[in-house]
Amino acid sequence: MAKPMPMRGPGRGMAPGGDMPKARKGTLPRVVKLLMEDYKWLFLLAMLLMTLYSLGNITPSIFIKKISDIILGFTKGASWEEARPEILSVLVVMVVLLVSTIVCNFFYARIMAVVTQGFLDKMRKRMFNKMQALPIKYFDAHGHGDIMSHYTNDIDTLRQLVSQSIPRLLQSGVMLVGMLGIMLWYSMNLMLVVLVAVFGMSFAVKHIGGKSASNFIRQQKAIGKLEGFVEELMNGQKVVKVFCHEEASQADFDKVNAELCEAATKATRFANILGPVMGNIGNMLYVLIAIVGSAFITLKTPNASLSGLFYGTFGTVLELSVVISFLNIAKQFTGQVNGIAQQFNSIVMALAGADRIFRLMDEEPEADEGYVTLVNAEELPDGSLREADHRTGVWAWRHPHKADGTVTFERLRGDVRMFDVDFSYVEGKKVLEDITLWAEPGQKIAFVGATGAGKTTITNLINRFYDIEDGKIRYDGINITKIRKPDLRRSLGVVLQDVNLFTGTVMDNIRYGKLDATDEECIRAAKLANAHDFISRLPQGYETMLTSNGANLSQGQRQLLSIARAAVADPPVMILDEATSSIDTRTEALVQQGMDALMHGRTVFVIAHRLSTVRNADAIMVLDHGKIIERGSHADLIAQKGTYYKLYTGAFELE
Amino acid sequence: MIKKMISCIRENRLHTILTPLFMVGEVGLECTLPMITAKLINALEDGADMSLILQYGGILILMAMCSMSCGILSGWFAASAAAGFSKNLRHDLFAKVQSFSFANIDKFSTASLVTRLTTDVTNVQMAFMMIIRTAVRSPLMLIFAVIMSVNMGGSIALVFFVVIPILGFGLIYIARRAMPLFKAVFKKYDKLNNSVQENVKGMRVVKSFVREEYEKQKFGAASEDVRNDFTRVEKLLAINNPLMLLSMYICMILIPLLSAKLIISSGGTQMQVGDLASLITYAMQILMSLMMLSMIFVMITISGEGARRIAEVLDTETSLQNPEPGVRKLKDAAGRPVELRVPVTEVADGSIDFENVSFKYNQEAKAYALADVNLHIKPGQTVGILGGTGSSKTTLIQLISRLYDVTEGSVRVGKIDTRLYDMEVLRSQVAVVLQKNVLFSGTIAENLRWGDPDASDEELVRACKQAQAHEFIMANPEGYDRYIEQGGANVSGGQKQRLCIARALLKKPKILILDDSTSAVDTQTDALIRKAFREELPDITKLIIAQRVASVQDADLILVMDNGRVVAQGTHEELLATNEIYQEVYYSQTKGGDDNG
Repeated sequence: MAKPMPMRGPGRGMAPGGDMPKARKGTLPRVVKLLMEDYKWLFLLAMLLMTLYSLGNITPSIFIKKISDIILGFTKGASWEEARPEILSVLVVMVVLLVSTIVCNFFYARIMAVVTQGFLDKMRKRMFNKMQALPIKYFDAHGHGDIMSHYTNDIDTLRQLVSQSIPRLLQSGVMLVGMLGIMLWYSMNLMLVVLVAVFGMSFAVKHIGGKSASNFIRQQKAIGKLEGFVEELMNGQKVVKVFCHEEASQADFDKVNAELCEAATKATRFANILGPVMGNIGNMLYVLIAIVGSAFITLKTPNASLSGLFYGTFGTVLELSVVISFLNIAKQFTGQVNGIAQQFNSIVMALAGADRIFRLMDEEPEADEGYVTLVNAEELPDGSLREADHRTGVWAWRHPHKADGTVTFERLRGDVRMFDVDFSYVEGKKVLEDITLWAEPGQKIAFVGATGAGKTTITNLINRFYDIEDGKIRYDGINITKIRKPDLRRSLGVVLQDVNLFTGTVMDNIRYGKLDATDEECIRAAKLANAHDFISRLPQGYETMLTSNGANLSQGQRQLLSIARAAVADPPVMILDEATSSIDTRTEALVQQGMDALMHGRTVFVIAHRLSTVRNADAIMVLDHGKIIERGSHADLIAQKGTYYKLYTGAFELE
Repeated sequence: MIKKMISCIRENRLHTILTPLFMVGEVGLECTLPMITAKLINALEDGADMSLILQYGGILILMAMCSMSCGILSGWFAASAAAGFSKNLRHDLFAKVQSFSFANIDKFSTASLVTRLTTDVTNVQMAFMMIIRTAVRSPLMLIFAVIMSVNMGGSIALVFFVVIPILGFGLIYIARRAMPLFKAVFKKYDKLNNSVQENVKGMRVVKSFVREEYEKQKFGAASEDVRNDFTRVEKLLAINNPLMLLSMYICMILIPLLSAKLIISSGGTQMQVGDLASLITYAMQILMSLMMLSMIFVMITISGEGARRIAEVLDTETSLQNPEPGVRKLKDAAGRPVELRVPVTEVADGSIDFENVSFKYNQEAKAYALADVNLHIKPGQTVGILGGTGSSKTTLIQLISRLYDVTEGSVRVGKIDTRLYDMEVLRSQVAVVLQKNVLFSGTIAENLRWGDPDASDEELVRACKQAQAHEFIMANPEGYDRYIEQGGANVSGGQKQRLCIARALLKKPKILILDDSTSAVDTQTDALIRKAFREELPDITKLIIAQRVASVQDADLILVMDNGRVVAQGTHEELLATNEIYQEVYYSQTKGGDDNG
């Protein structure tokens, strides 16, 4: 089901704790700077056009004053024919000006469409590219929903900022200055009246707007709460039914719902009131100008104006036409102030959104100080290796030595050793302690232990998703911190317990393991993984589209695909994390066969959730609270009658 | 759809009506203001004295004050009307979902229900407020302003009749062309976001295979695609503003020209300078309201999509309902006629009978999920069910507590057809521990009391001891007050399963069904649970679905299922002697043990 506004989770995008979303200093300049980097000339051109049409927008009030003057000059006893040329000459100038205003506006809008969408596209790419460089730690520490909201909510507010708020602010600024100029030119006395009204308006904005903002935040919180509640309940809806808990759930929901209703009422209430208050202050100003203007005329109060200075009529009595045009100017002036007030909230929100995007972009990328690389190699007759510029099927570590400037080549074999490794996710809370183990090429090492014993953590260290705190890990004798991360990871295959498939065909998903694999290679890998049979039975075989993480496949089938994906990459070392969810005995046997085929001839680390797979491992490590408490072959450990024995005989839970 | 929405106004009817009423007041006053102002200016021109000016001024200020009050009140009522409306809408939606049967729940995904209850309702709420405020305001403003200007400028007002159609049709044309484009773009945007989500979720895979560059390219292409489409739509919308300006300027040029002619040639008798300023104000008001109208048009179309999806939920008929109250004439086991008052409010005993039961999830489905099942289970029996994935074990047990209705045949519990029971009674007597079980955020005790809200602490402990959960609960210092995170994230799989069993036991049911509910529990504990069932709960009929033969081998009756059929039933010994599937499963699971003797 498509959503009209994609992924717009209402509770999201708020600062944690729901405080007023505050942007760091320098956020606005940074947005403008990036904008200028991307679209300097187009953006400046757009702003120029906007300034022109904003100025053009003020001109009608000048013309109306001119025409009123002419009319007043001709009223008594004059004929239309006498007045016509004068009026027409004014109107012709007006037509020319206004047509160019329209043209400016049209091109402004078109250019801004290009600039805004282009800028958003670039920002999205910047964010995404940066995100690809971030360490796994970032993704473990941040909720997926939060990361997603950068691409939805925050980009949306940025669009608002670039396409609406910034231009509106500039435009209103230009118009306000322009109108101030006109007012100064005609009458400073009346200008003072206008300024009084503006003062009243900013007072209203501050009070009503401030109340609205704080209630708006409460509303966001309430929506977040309701969303959480609904999500939990909808997930457990079948349990609700089975326990006949419908009425109790409804009562709980109504409570949360009432809270939201109250907060929403207050938030919208103040926002709704702001409009009429501002509008009617504008109306009162209109009246005030009429009264004050007429009072000036009646009382013959001297008028201070720049035009007066210019024409030497300074201090003479106000003309009626000035009052009339002021009525219009005042209306426009308050309209612009109102406009800025309306933008205020969205600018605060947009800057907070932009700031969140920048925080993502400012994250420390995954460091890679490695310099040992994986290269194609060919063997020389004397048994030594040489780098090759084509695929040879032989891989070697290219190891430059800084000390003497030489380069050595070490054949990629898949020998992994850990020495006294310590690790903690949070400083001071050791998750792994004193882990020492070695896996020779072709060996199978199994990790066994309860949830939280540290099984998965060990594999996270081998491919450097996380870095060890103390100790050493060597791959083919090379300290893995010296190996360039992409090369290290390419030499390690991973099958995770939570299978992630991507939108695309089955073939695409297998090929993900090796982008230049031919169809034949992919099919061979699928056969090896025992996946070929079920794939062939899919409606379009290998061309079947998979969506939403392969929702149309069973858990076991997805597992088989992920094995095929690892098989096509053909790495010397594999990390296998067994699936925990219950698949039936037959599919499990298929998956097991596939895994066995994949393991053949490779160094393998298996995280076992069921003991049936462990028996033929070369070494089994029993982990408990981050330490290896037992190690040895299946027979050794059974003979020991320790923890493993208890696990195996079913006295302990494994998962 | 609209009827459903309107019915959600309910107690907010007064506020919903007051909002537009005050809006009429505000608009009316706002539109008379320029007219009185014109009078004031004209009076000035005629050289009126200060008292007349103050008199007009006083009226005007008073009017502005009244207009403001009306505006404030209208906004005030609109806020509570809209918030109350959406509250009712959410309440109805949630209540509807609560009434859903399993078949209904299967139809909607959790995510889509959450979106409907939040984003969609919020959009509809906005549209609702817009309808009672702006959709009243703009046309009123338009009409008032046109009347006023005709009244004041006479034939000059004809200008509006030229401009309004041009602008109106222009705006509608653009909106109609832009809508489908917008919808298409949003779909693409949705896709783009989905691909980001895939990337974020699968980051370990991306990094393991070193596919960062590939992902960047993929995303880049999709992002550019979205950009191009969005740019196209926005360029189309770029005509909006110039069109508006054009109409406005036509007024601004024609009105002064015509007014000047009229004023001068009539010598100020038919019209005066003050009227000119007011006419221009009206022109602005008219054009603004047109602009607002086109905006409303777009907004309502967008939220219409949300309203449609809400209505989809509200219109869903609950597929299972309590039987019509009344007396049914039935025949008892011996064939004698008996009268039965339905809905039946008591389950006599824990016997279960399947008579020629066939079932399919969907009327249109060709294949039956379950076919020709005949079963007779006596009260207090323990029944094991074995079978591979897709053999419909879960389907079978879901029919017992009437989570689905049979397609053919009948299921009887306590000798009475499940369709004759009050559903709440039936379900409270048939406890099911679902395969995909869920704990809710709250303490352990709160979760357990789902089974029985009035359960005493002793009862909780007894149930937990039977489910072998007491020990690990007490291992934590907080004991039964320990807080369970959403979805039970802070307890292990085996612990969660045992808590769910305890929760079901607290219902003190006559029938207990475990759907693969001890898969993560170790075999020793599993055996202890079964022992407790046997010794402490002998009267409860127990159905146990399991993957492990060990979990069912001491049952009174074991059903072997394959492909939607019960292919064999009997005791462990009988099946081991006769059934091939059973033998296969049994030997595959026990072979390892033999190896190591």
